[in-house]
Amino acid sequence: MSPAPVRMFLKTRLGTWTGFGAAAIVLFGLAPLLLSGFRLGLLAQFICYAIVAVGIGLAWGRGGMLTLGQGVFFGMGAYLMAMHLKMADAEFRNGPGAVPDFMELAGIRELPAYWAPFSSPAFTIAMILLLPTAFAVLLGLAVFKRRVKGAYFAILSQALAGAFAILLIGQQSLGGFNGLSRFQYFFGFTLADPVNQQMLYFIAAGVLLAVVAIALQLRRSRYGELLVAVRDAEERVRFLGYDAANVKVVAYAVAALFASVAGAVFVPVVGIISPASIGIVPSIMFILGVAIGGRASLVGPVVGALAVAWAQTALSEQFPSAWTYAQGLLFIAIIALLPGGIASVFKRFPTKRTPVEAAA
Amino acid sequence: MNTALSCKHIEVDFDGFKAVSGVDLELARGEVHFLIGPNGAGKTTLVDAITGLAKYSGSVVKDGEELRGKKVHHIARRGIGRTFQTAQVFDNLTVAQNLDIAAGAGRSPWTLLRRRRHLPQNVVDTMARIGLADHADTPAGVLAHGQKQWLEIGMLLVGDADVLLLDEPIAGMGHDERETTGRLLHDIAADRAVAVVEHDMDFMRAFASRVTVLHAGAVLASGSVDEVSNDPRVQEVYLGTAKEAADAATA
Repeated sequence: MSPAPVRMFLKTRLGTWTGFGAAAIVLFGLAPLLLSGFRLGLLAQFICYAIVAVGIGLAWGRGGMLTLGQGVFFGMGAYLMAMHLKMADAEFRNGPGAVPDFMELAGIRELPAYWAPFSSPAFTIAMILLLPTAFAVLLGLAVFKRRVKGAYFAILSQALAGAFAILLIGQQSLGGFNGLSRFQYFFGFTLADPVNQQMLYFIAAGVLLAVVAIALQLRRSRYGELLVAVRDAEERVRFLGYDAANVKVVAYAVAALFASVAGAVFVPVVGIISPASIGIVPSIMFILGVAIGGRASLVGPVVGALAVAWAQTALSEQFPSAWTYAQGLLFIAIIALLPGGIASVFKRFPTKRTPVEAAA
Repeated sequence: MNTALSCKHIEVDFDGFKAVSGVDLELARGEVHFLIGPNGAGKTTLVDAITGLAKYSGSVVKDGEELRGKKVHHIARRGIGRTFQTAQVFDNLTVAQNLDIAAGAGRSPWTLLRRRRHLPQNVVDTMARIGLADHADTPAGVLAHGQKQWLEIGMLLVGDADVLLLDEPIAGMGHDERETTGRLLHDIAADRAVAVVEHDMDFMRAFASRVTVLHAGAVLASGSVDEVSNDPRVQEVYLGTAKEAADAATA
């Protein structure tokens, strides 16, 4: 197979629709047909990681921001959704204003005030979309206006993920170390029903396609070109009259939004969210798939995230300790030998070539 | 004289070291104004100050507006463009994309979020003007050294800069490229003020409308090429450094 004509075709309008069509057939047709309910549930979980990965591909691959702390935004979306599910479960059992079961066990008799609005599905969904995005905008403005970048930005975002996990462990009204789990209903649908489990998979797959479509539009727009320009030569962009910080904030906020939505879908699919799923290690795992798949490509992060998550599940069962080392080695090998990730193998021409004339 | 930019008593202080101390400089439309001087004379620092990169005391006024204290991108939006000693272009983007970005600092978010349907006319015209019409879809990273510098100048042109501060625009160029660049500078200076930081004396003699000599952060002399070359203090600075270099070489 010669990859170049395929790539050229995928760049046309027809090619784009063909690509999305093929993905839709696989996700909505083949996967439910071939996979058991349990496997489909796993795929839905992996798809949630892939949604995060699409955002990282945008912020890191195109924008050069090494977002080592996406667990923060993933966790925000997940906890917001989990709060609504717990509220809805409690109200279904004991009527309006009831205290969720884990609070009763912890001896909390009064519903904390900040929980109350989350009985509304509309409010919850609005918060999932707005809160992490707004937080990312504020944080991004504070960080990028001060021209914090590179490793400093990476360390900062990673520290934030660590701090966020620690903060949650201390919150008994959010389940503390154990997090929130044992959800019964999802917007009125019984989670125990396999049909509803399949519906959740379809929701995850639909969100993935939507997120990829948004990322594609951003990449192909003038903004996408500007974002690459900021990544490669931020000073030059500023001296052309742009506020480079604003350009970065947009990509960072979009990545945060994607992570938040992924977290919100993750909760009903997996049935639990705890600080262990959103701290430093999970945040690094998000990056890992993106790096392996190819951060600057559109599909690379998706494939990388799915592959790493699948390998994690499949191989860690058989070789629990060996897999961790293999993962580390794989990461080092990719960074050293294929900095553009697996996606760069399919590129006939490297994006960067040595200048025709050497600089004097 | 049609003054475009007026700098008064610019002083740049790096932790007690005065890289620029009390420089006055007027840039006029229609002139290619060379800033020369030995290494460390403060030429690039002066450009950094004007463009908002280095903090300074004094005053920079363009079209009646004080620019001191404004941010880099605000100063750029007021029509002051600069290049860098090593051309800074977007290597992974094509020539057309580079110029399109440079032309678009005033675009609305709505325009930015959509795809570019066709190139703006000034981008097309400028590609021809800087001799890159055949390279519209070439990634800037594979351009020859001189072409990158032309592209960077082109980016200032499409951005409607009318004060251009060029930092060693012919560094590393061959003879023919220098000639082309010199003519380009005069061409674009017709309705703009162009300042050129340069070491190359032959290039300066061939293309300067006006010369300002900086030495140790201060203006040593200013005037036409002839006036400046006949100034004994300028000769001393240049011959002096030449003599020291010769002494160092023989030592």
